[in-house]
Amino acid sequence: MSSIHAHTVLIVAAILFVLGLAGALIRRNVIFMLLSIEIMLNAAGLAFVVAGARWQQPDGQIMYLFILAMAAAEVSVALALVLQIHHQHKTLDIEQLKELKD
Amino acid sequence: MPLLFYISSVIAILATIMVITRYSPVHALLYLVVSFLAIAVIFLSLGAPFAAALEVIIYAGAIMVLFLFVTMMLNLGKQTALQEKEWLQPKVWIGPSLMAFALLAEMIILLLRPESVAMPFAVVTPRQVSMSLYGEYIIAVELVGFLMMTGIVGAAHIGKHKKKNLHRFLQT
Repeated sequence: MSSIHAHTVLIVAAILFVLGLAGALIRRNVIFMLLSIEIMLNAAGLAFVVAGARWQQPDGQIMYLFILAMAAAEVSVALALVLQIHHQHKTLDIEQLKELKD
Repeated sequence: MPLLFYISSVIAILATIMVITRYSPVHALLYLVVSFLAIAVIFLSLGAPFAAALEVIIYAGAIMVLFLFVTMMLNLGKQTALQEKEWLQPKVWIGPSLMAFALLAEMIILLLRPESVAMPFAVVTPRQVSMSLYGEYIIAVELVGFLMMTGIVGAAHIGKHKKKNLHRFLQT
């Protein structure tokens, strides 16, 4: 217990990723699915930072930065889509949005 | 330092479990903010202060506030929470979560296979990160700039409400 092991941190990242995956699979609301995707991206960033800290290189934190920028762009587009879906269909249920009519 | 790491990882996992089981979107968002703050403490205890600051400022500060604003604009009230409660029956969630946790068990077994390596405690400073970012990764920074530009244009275009005002000659 005197120092942190690399296993432990990677297991924490894996648990967070699997929780995000389970959340994306079991929820039917679009907002909760987006939140679960955020959890998964963040767990991947945690794994990158752990790898960077393990070899004491800055590359892990740089990859985390790129994941952060990608998540910001993805969230802005996805939330605009959610607003438009709610405006047109009056629902956020993923089961009712599966038709590609028109 | 290890104690800090263990406490904050337990908090992060518990808060994430609360996120995926809440019925109300605002409660889930607030638990997710707690989870992100705990992950920021994990980054700090691993010797990555720059990543910790970015986690607090951008993830917990900007992205979650964006989610919160959209949730407030959609005006999701008690009715949504009741509908979520109706959707989240055990027969819906038990299959996917069992499979996901089987995958987690496999991954943990694979991770525990090689012998354990203690993390060296050394801080990767923001100076090192920025020297590397604007040195060898400069092309990736420019590509991320393209990506952000595309995101802004896409969000502005998709989020625009189309007006239904026709020209006076076309109105019948």
